[in-house]
Amino acid sequence: MSEPILSFRDVAIRFRTNDGYVEAVKGSTIDIHPGEFVAIVGESGSGKSQSVMAAMGLLAQNGEVTGSIRYRGTEIIGLPAGDLNELRGHKLSMIFQEPMTSLDPLYKIGSQISATLRQHQRLSKDQARARALELLKLVRILQPEQRLDSYPHELSGGQRQRVMIAMALANDPDILIADEPTTALDVTIEAEILALIAELQQRLGMAVVLITHDLGIVRKYATSVYVMRTGEIVEHGDAKAIFAAPKHPYTQMLLAAEPEGRKAPPLPNAPIMIEAKDVRVTYRMKRGFFGRDSSSIKAVDGVSLTLKRGQTIGIVGESGSGKSTLGKAILKLAPAAGQITFEDRALLPLSRDEMRPLRKQMQVVFQDPFGSLSPRMTVGDIITEGLLVHEPGLGRRERDARAAQAFGEVQLDAAMRNRYPHEFSGGQRQRIAIARAMILKPHVVILDEPTSALDRTVQKAIVLLLKGFQDRYGLSYLFISHDLAVVRAMSDTVMVMKDGQVVEAGPADTIFDAPQHDYTRTLIAASRKG
Amino acid sequence: MLIYILRRLTSALPTLFVVVTLSFFLIRLAPGGPFDLEQPLEAKVMENLNRIYKLDRPLTEQYWLYLSHLATGDFGPSFYARDFTVAELLARGLPVSITIGGLALLLALAIGIVLGTVAAFRQNQPADYSVMVFATFGITIPTFVVAPVLQIVFGLMLAWLPVGGWNNGHVRNLILPVITLALPQVAVVARMIRASMIEALRSNHIRTLRSQGLPRSTIAIHALRGAMLPVVSYMGPAAAALLTGSVVIETIFGLPGVGRYFVEGALNRDYTLVMGTVVMVAVFVLVFNLIVDILYALLDPRVRYDT
Amino acid sequence: MSDVLAQPVPVGRSLWADARIRLFRNKAAVTSLFFLILMGVTAIAGPWFSPHQYERVYTEYVRVPASLTAYPKPEQIAPAVERIAARVRAQIETQQVVGGSVRVTLVSPRAIDERNLAFFGRSDLFQGANVVERADEGRKLVIDAPIRWRTFLFGTDGNGRDLFTRTLIAGRVSLAIGLLATGVALLIGVAYGATAGYLGGRIDTVMMRIVDILYALPFIFFVIMLVVFFGRNFILMFLAVGAIEWLDMARIVRGQTLSIKRQEYVQAAEALGVTSNGILRRHIIPNTLGPVVVYMTLLVPKVILLESFLSFLGLGVQEPMTSWGVLISDGARNIQNAEWLLFFPALFLVTTLFALNFLGDGLRDALDPKDR
Repeated sequence: MSEPILSFRDVAIRFRTNDGYVEAVKGSTIDIHPGEFVAIVGESGSGKSQSVMAAMGLLAQNGEVTGSIRYRGTEIIGLPAGDLNELRGHKLSMIFQEPMTSLDPLYKIGSQISATLRQHQRLSKDQARARALELLKLVRILQPEQRLDSYPHELSGGQRQRVMIAMALANDPDILIADEPTTALDVTIEAEILALIAELQQRLGMAVVLITHDLGIVRKYATSVYVMRTGEIVEHGDAKAIFAAPKHPYTQMLLAAEPEGRKAPPLPNAPIMIEAKDVRVTYRMKRGFFGRDSSSIKAVDGVSLTLKRGQTIGIVGESGSGKSTLGKAILKLAPAAGQITFEDRALLPLSRDEMRPLRKQMQVVFQDPFGSLSPRMTVGDIITEGLLVHEPGLGRRERDARAAQAFGEVQLDAAMRNRYPHEFSGGQRQRIAIARAMILKPHVVILDEPTSALDRTVQKAIVLLLKGFQDRYGLSYLFISHDLAVVRAMSDTVMVMKDGQVVEAGPADTIFDAPQHDYTRTLIAASRKG
Repeated sequence: MLIYILRRLTSALPTLFVVVTLSFFLIRLAPGGPFDLEQPLEAKVMENLNRIYKLDRPLTEQYWLYLSHLATGDFGPSFYARDFTVAELLARGLPVSITIGGLALLLALAIGIVLGTVAAFRQNQPADYSVMVFATFGITIPTFVVAPVLQIVFGLMLAWLPVGGWNNGHVRNLILPVITLALPQVAVVARMIRASMIEALRSNHIRTLRSQGLPRSTIAIHALRGAMLPVVSYMGPAAAALLTGSVVIETIFGLPGVGRYFVEGALNRDYTLVMGTVVMVAVFVLVFNLIVDILYALLDPRVRYDT
Repeated sequence: MSDVLAQPVPVGRSLWADARIRLFRNKAAVTSLFFLILMGVTAIAGPWFSPHQYERVYTEYVRVPASLTAYPKPEQIAPAVERIAARVRAQIETQQVVGGSVRVTLVSPRAIDERNLAFFGRSDLFQGANVVERADEGRKLVIDAPIRWRTFLFGTDGNGRDLFTRTLIAGRVSLAIGLLATGVALLIGVAYGATAGYLGGRIDTVMMRIVDILYALPFIFFVIMLVVFFGRNFILMFLAVGAIEWLDMARIVRGQTLSIKRQEYVQAAEALGVTSNGILRRHIIPNTLGPVVVYMTLLVPKVILLESFLSFLGLGVQEPMTSWGVLISDGARNIQNAEWLLFFPALFLVTTLFALNFLGDGLRDALDPKDR
């Protein structure tokens, strides 16, 4: 093995906060060799992102780095700005997780790519533009000539990430650092972007450092792996070796965190809980600034479904497919046309007051554990708010008792019920959100991407928790998600949505093992990463 | 784009209409009339005056008369300064107010942007603190305190500059009023720029630029472009206010602008003058809001396509 | 189960508590807070403890400079005695300051009417006059007039009123207007803005259109109209000012409400079946309070300045009551020959506004930390 081009020795990173120092990385040692595809994996809070930020000199103002990070012998820590800028964007380049906000919204794509070209290669304006065009073609952007003069907001997330890659490659870097580049993208786009990165790596012979929490990606592309946990590297080595025989218990746990299990179909004579016929949700876009015509978007375009007691229907699709909107429509949180009946009662004609008592039976758990709990209420109050509406006769002590009970059912310490949401972790918050739904003893629960914002290991626990509730209380679930692995573990029936319509529907096993529709096939192939 | 401007102008008319109507009736609600404030006049003279100025007609008739005149650009005669029409008064005063206000605006933008940028780049360092303290001074000390102090220091003690007077817009007469008028605006602009620059410097797209090894000057320009947006929004009504004259500045420095017309008009019950001034200011506000919106769209391509 | 309930439940650290901790770490903000409390107490209680009434006119102490030593100054005594002697129609034979009084020998061709000696008592400089010696059938009197010492810490104004007391009284007015007008703006603005933002749709459009129209009215004009119409009434003053400032508050609250409305916790509450009232009360308004509180601390200085501006125009509080604005505009007019008249009220005003601004900045940093 040749000499490493980037080496971390005993690198420690900490941040000055109001509550004292927070240690993010506690002495890591990493080697990147030429042409290698290195993956740094870990869950949130493992310090993987901060390590590479330090290598690029991009730590926040309150961050401090000790140790040594050397690029081909040059020490990066403490390097003066001028010299650092020689390296950055030239020998070391980086792409980030949020393509939506990483490009400057006020400048055209072409001029942004040209800027970095002209900075490092002293090209003329025309030369830079020509090279920018080549780069856009290299990353397979459609209509590259037009895109040179487009603004970032005119491109989709996947396209923006391609532009980011183009900019990162502009000056023939030795190392491309990719910090969770596909986490914010749909699964089909994700597959394309990763394939692109891998192909470019081969072609240009550069090293790639990929930060990710997704082991599937690692298995497919990486040659070398570092596993990080709470700021320390717990295991590292050749990728194949690690996947075949992981040594550290944490690595073993990560590898075992794929959701497993299956769901049995409901009883044949189970009553129908929800029946939706030809549901349509249309949003009218506001007029453009200079008076362009208003257009409408059909978020949900004629979808029908039947949910029986004890059943879990998994609704899958990518962003923009309308799956979340469908869930909201059924809950009457979004204006809909068509027919929706709940336990034989038509929902759409009901007024807000008439709907209220029905809401007790039909609850929801949202995706974002950070955003779905009111920040200024105690979690005890949050959970029992529903009781204020549906069981107003209860006194404070009784509500408190119910809260304690609900906490127990979601396996949280009931003594924590006077704390505030920001004092809990993501997984704990999601449990609280589930408790809020379950305390009303509903019959149907709509789960809108309940695990998507959580780490894999936490996801597994939540899935088990939800299954437990279903078995105990005979609940029916609508499980909306883009994560096919979780859907398979939870659902007995699956509906695939695209652009507001149902593309394919059927028993889970059929959909996953023998998909009929092209789109379903693409989706499944993309999610299968190794 | 042209259609958009036309549409905005036409939709501004109802607002203008409401403003004119409200003002018309409000000022007439105040007790006392334009001829009551001098020595009490003989009944016959009062009657004649009221007839000439049509004050004896019913209120609604006066209102329609006013509107119809207004539509032809006739603001009517001044009830108090009876040798002049309101239009003439406005025409004399506007150039003065616009000159002073315009210069103050430019000065405020130029200095404010520089100070705010410096403060943002040197956040929490001495330079930042000095700028912020200066800015706080700027917005807390009233202009009618700054003005006389400057007059004493520069006009009397050092005798470098004239204490007041318009002198046909001679530069030396402009310096003190412009500085006094600009001071609070410099402070506001500096604070706004500092806040939005700090926000911009933390943003993801600036992080991308840093990762590409672009020099600090380039990053500053990118950040500034984004930071200008809230300032542009703020400057709309602020510019309108600056250009339509400041009562304080014009009174203390003895400048014949339109700022004093408001107060004097209201106190003298000079109905037409007040109405004229109200219409003028409302037009300025609406026009500047339009300019600001267009500027904003030019600066921010995202605004052009969605709301 | 019951033992779980019996356990003491640790109280969580709310976001408000977090903010409070952060605020108290900000030295400038804490200093400002103490300063403001001090200023408030001084303004409210100060006039009670001052030896002077704020409206008391001392005709003989018109426009005297600020001084730590008491009045009358030595050079003032002789002329004052001469004035009184003229009133009494007598000549001064000798005059001497002895201890804390003046010993004057008055002579006159005719007998001096001792009732006129009351002029000594009516003077601001003396407490009275005691006849020590009579001679020459009343044509020569030796008087002992104890001097009444007064301290004018800040000097006196053009009417001979003590500036120190007036500055403190003015503080009451200015601070009261600041707080009350801001309070009015807060109540109206929050209710209006939250309702418009939450209900949305047509109602929101109409409500905001009204705000736009009111915005286009030149507000100086509007306030002047109100004052001209209603006269210079203290209460109406702050109602007028509050009535203007609620517009900005309403806009801010509406903007906040719009972004809170989109949060998932509001949707979750709707899914629970909570009424609009409940959502506004429990979810929306508590979460708008952050920016509202910050804006309030920056609104108070604006209001106080606005009031000063109106005073400058002559439309402020009515005499003899005064505000910092009135004092400052008086002071500005007298800046050449009586600079203390401007200096002291301006000092009070500027430091108070400064403190409010620092406090506001500190609150903003505390309630919206960016390092999270």
